[in-house]
Amino acid sequence: MGELFWIFISALLVNNFVLSYFLGICPFLGVSNKLETAFRLGLANIFVMIITALCAWLLNTLILPYAPYLRLISFIIVIASTVQFVEMAIKKLSPDLFRALGIFLPLITTNCAILGLALFATNKGYDLLESLIYALGAGGGITLAFVLMAGIREETRILDVPRVIEGTALSLIIAGILSLTFMGFAGMFSAA
Amino acid sequence: MAVNSDLSKNKLIEEFLKGLWTENPVFVMVLGMCPVLAVSNTAINSLAMGLATMFVLVFSSFLVSIFRKLIPAPVRITTFIIIIATFVTVVDMLLAAHLPVIHKELGAFISLIVVNCVILGRQEAFASKNPPINALSDALGVSVGFVFALFCLGSVREILGNGSFFGIPLFGSNFEPWIVMILPPGGFFALGFILLFFNQIRERKKGAREKNGSGASWKQSRYTTEYITENEHGISD
Repeated sequence: MGELFWIFISALLVNNFVLSYFLGICPFLGVSNKLETAFRLGLANIFVMIITALCAWLLNTLILPYAPYLRLISFIIVIASTVQFVEMAIKKLSPDLFRALGIFLPLITTNCAILGLALFATNKGYDLLESLIYALGAGGGITLAFVLMAGIREETRILDVPRVIEGTALSLIIAGILSLTFMGFAGMFSAA
Repeated sequence: MAVNSDLSKNKLIEEFLKGLWTENPVFVMVLGMCPVLAVSNTAINSLAMGLATMFVLVFSSFLVSIFRKLIPAPVRITTFIIIIATFVTVVDMLLAAHLPVIHKELGAFISLIVVNCVILGRQEAFASKNPPINALSDALGVSVGFVFALFCLGSVREILGNGSFFGIPLFGSNFEPWIVMILPPGGFFALGFILLFFNQIRERKKGAREKNGSGASWKQSRYTTEYITENEHGISD
């Protein structure tokens, strides 16, 4: 139990996917301008990550011992097609959920955070339960980072920032400060 | 014939140069951020990552361009990704066999070249519509631009964060390294400030042009229009 808790906390805060592994930077810098969009994008990310963890674990235990060189290709294809299927199923079963998450799903599939999750979870040799917890933590961490960033950027929109720093440069420097803050969580591990 | 080949040669050079500077994938388009920030903590890592990306980009552009008439449009993205993933697997295995130290440093980020949007972007925007030679020249330009950007960032971070360049110490023992630069936040800060520098150059140029043209009131008018659009946005929210 304790082990699972630390996997979760580590993925959520200490090794935050966005702020310390730099995965999922494109949506982090580009899309997250409004708090609500950022939050829903984060939720969609959690959702896809859990499916990904499941697929990656199945592939890794059933198929890849026989063909290790297919690892990357099979991850990408299986994850992308599973997400597509799940998207169709949701559209049919729960139109409300589809409206909330739907538009983001195809975009997220090609996100580096998703492939990163599959690779890290299998590299670390997690079993099924551990991979699912890891996915939940990583997705939660991404949501946290998106929401924080969107909140700050909503504020900067009404400020009079110098023209040269507007746009990506400003976002990157804000991200750097956030990342610096999250580094403080590293102390939690040495204490434990 | 001579004129024709001369023209196409000029065009090839132009395609090469635009990726290198005016459409630099990192400094201008801000694409492929994930490998750029993650592995640029030393000059040697960023160079290795840049070259690995270059290998994948050049070969997949070439292959996509050869098969561009055979790939059916509805499944083109999937096909591009399979081609890219194949070359990434090749480069991953090559590095693991010949440069195990660097392979270990870069870790999963080699595999993550697959989802680098610079590569897929070039296939979709250029290689799938142009003959192999042009695609090759475009891919070379973009990847040299990418290597250059990555190398700049890696050098800045290593020099400031570690006081060394390619592992060779630059300053005396009195130099206190800025540890933060080789840590994750340093990646954000370094790229942020480099973009700031580029913005400054662009603004200077624009400012000079405006002054020669319609007068010096451009800044004033910009603030007014921005205020209006912000306001409208606020109401529609």
